[in-house]
Amino acid sequence: MDEIFGIPAPLLFGQLLLGLINGAFYALLSLGLAVIFGMLNVINFTHGAQFMLGAFVAWALLSFLGLGYWWALLLAPLIVGAFGVLLERTMISRLYKLDHLYGLLLTFGVGLIVEGLVRNEFGSSGLPYRIPAELQGSWDLGFMFMPIYRGWVVVVAIVACLATWLVIEKTKIGSYLRAATENPALVQAFGINVPLMMTLTYGAGVALAAFAGVLAAPIYSVNPQMGANLIIIVFAVVVIGGMGSILGSVVTGFGLGIIEGLTKVFWPEASATVIFVVMAIVLLTRPAGLFGRA
Amino acid sequence: MTTAHVTTGPGRRTLIGGAAALTAGAFSALPLTGARAQAANTIRIGVLSDMSGPYRDATGPGSVVCTQLAAQEFAGRGFNVEVIQADHQNRPDVGSTIARQWYDQGVDAIVDVPTSSVAFAVNTIARERNKVFLNSGAASSDLTGPQCSPNTVHWTYDTYMLAKGTGDAIVRTGGQSWFFITADYAFGHALQRDVSRFVEAAGGRVVGAARYPFPQTTDFSSFVVQAQASRAQVLGFANASLDTVNSIKAAREFGLHRSMRFAALLMGLVDVHALGLAEAEGLLLTESFYWDLNDRTRRLSTRVRPLNQNRPPAMVQAGCYGATLHYLKAVADMGVAAAKADGRAAVARMKAMPTDDDAFGAGSIRADGRKLHPVYLFQVKGPRESSGTWDYYRVAATTSAEDAWRPLAEGGCPLVRT
Repeated sequence: MDEIFGIPAPLLFGQLLLGLINGAFYALLSLGLAVIFGMLNVINFTHGAQFMLGAFVAWALLSFLGLGYWWALLLAPLIVGAFGVLLERTMISRLYKLDHLYGLLLTFGVGLIVEGLVRNEFGSSGLPYRIPAELQGSWDLGFMFMPIYRGWVVVVAIVACLATWLVIEKTKIGSYLRAATENPALVQAFGINVPLMMTLTYGAGVALAAFAGVLAAPIYSVNPQMGANLIIIVFAVVVIGGMGSILGSVVTGFGLGIIEGLTKVFWPEASATVIFVVMAIVLLTRPAGLFGRA
Repeated sequence: MTTAHVTTGPGRRTLIGGAAALTAGAFSALPLTGARAQAANTIRIGVLSDMSGPYRDATGPGSVVCTQLAAQEFAGRGFNVEVIQADHQNRPDVGSTIARQWYDQGVDAIVDVPTSSVAFAVNTIARERNKVFLNSGAASSDLTGPQCSPNTVHWTYDTYMLAKGTGDAIVRTGGQSWFFITADYAFGHALQRDVSRFVEAAGGRVVGAARYPFPQTTDFSSFVVQAQASRAQVLGFANASLDTVNSIKAAREFGLHRSMRFAALLMGLVDVHALGLAEAEGLLLTESFYWDLNDRTRRLSTRVRPLNQNRPPAMVQAGCYGATLHYLKAVADMGVAAAKADGRAAVARMKAMPTDDDAFGAGSIRADGRKLHPVYLFQVKGPRESSGTWDYYRVAATTSAEDAWRPLAEGGCPLVRT
């Protein structure tokens, strides 16, 4: 059997693929963060809690209303996105004129409150959520068994990333958005409702987080901490990619997933640290991030 | 008259970092007003636990409830009992700050303390301050081994007993080669080491292990695929709580249950609940308490449930009940003043008296601080077999108190040698 650095090649390919799958989650989550930061200049620390809410709403839809995974994929982002809209209207919108730090602290606080409430209600040990029957089972790729569901996650994540990029870069509404980021007063003067656009953008970013939460529900235990554990890595992804850069967050998300996956083979103990080592190096050499504009 | 007070400190996440965390600890640990007048005649018990993290459901508020229940049931012995609580956030720095404050402010005994790394810190402080440490939540068998202390009782379970219960049972029925997925901290290392000993003693071998960072790991697929590639017969999960649930889910997703046997080395009732019976069916696991074990455990559960969000006590929570009850018996026996003055003497008295409570039945405490009671190997029921929520186990084997625990001479406890 061929070996690469003492690791059997099939195992290495398997790990590359798994890294890509984890990268899909990072990309999807950092995409929402990048959209919100890029358009609203808000560092959305509630993102992890909103990801977690997506998973909990999926669980609640199934447990209380009998609505399964496919409904959840549609409804959970809408429900959690509506929560985001409410949050933006009542709280975040008041902080646009202040330093980033205020938005960060507000959203961080809201995130802790949401997690605390969920923990009080449902406990910390998690709730079961099964993979939908249509996506159970696995493919034999020769070098590893690939669960169908994980393949589905990668495909859906790539589609969602592409769609978001297209909306922002190639459509009229996207161009309004980008213009509003540069000069809100001027865009407003052309008769475009900038505050409404901001609200909907935040709602959309939150909906992306909830969407990722629904995707995660069948493979990770649905528990109040699930977002808090991921969000720190995702922030590192956004910083490395360049704050606010959509392409940067997507590419970096997948890239770091692969780097982390490889670290899990060669030095598993360091797999939680490697992303931050990369972040430190990138910040030292390119402070604006790999794809950011200085 | 016995009173049980509770300070309610909200759970806090660990994101902000040291300063905030220490402040949180300080607030939760503030002394209660009104208690000082009776201080000399009051036994103060602090439940130091994970109130906001992954171990919360198996320990946390349920441990407080069980400790309070023991205090209430021991009412009317001529002294007061006060129960306070704090969140150690699974961090040794936070836990030791609270423990020091508590002991200095007149707390006589600290109860529970899950997470072995925090338990080691509290163990040292209790010894320095000559107070009492009743550990229920931590697993590492080193607490009654190299790190044993005359001020500490390790009540409920430990890594040796888990290793013997589940590991030995599996290796004896043909699971000869093992791969471990191990949480990279004191507890995971101790559990893997203790299981490996049984595997090797029975002629089996350990072919590999993946140590993952705790608590930052959410995705276990990479380690699961490494386990698959090892071609071992048994996959040992040397982790706990959410990590166990997530790693078993990943292992099933990648089809490992078709080619390997799973050994969930520390898995409890709330983990089975979180995993769901459909995925947990058939798993073997070791515990020293289950609410539906006998009439006494069922009676205890009936008393706990109304206070515990209608959940039966989990093993560690039941341990807090048993340990507190026995400690209070020792206090009553030796007198409050003597018990408060000398934690070592209180623990010595606990060791001298036979134990008996509804959770664990009759038992005893050994010279090294190890509490002895029978241990059960349970098999998880299938969804059809279970009559409803919390009806999850059937007893597969029972090991007597004499055989379940590490022999006194093998632990390396300095108290035993001298």
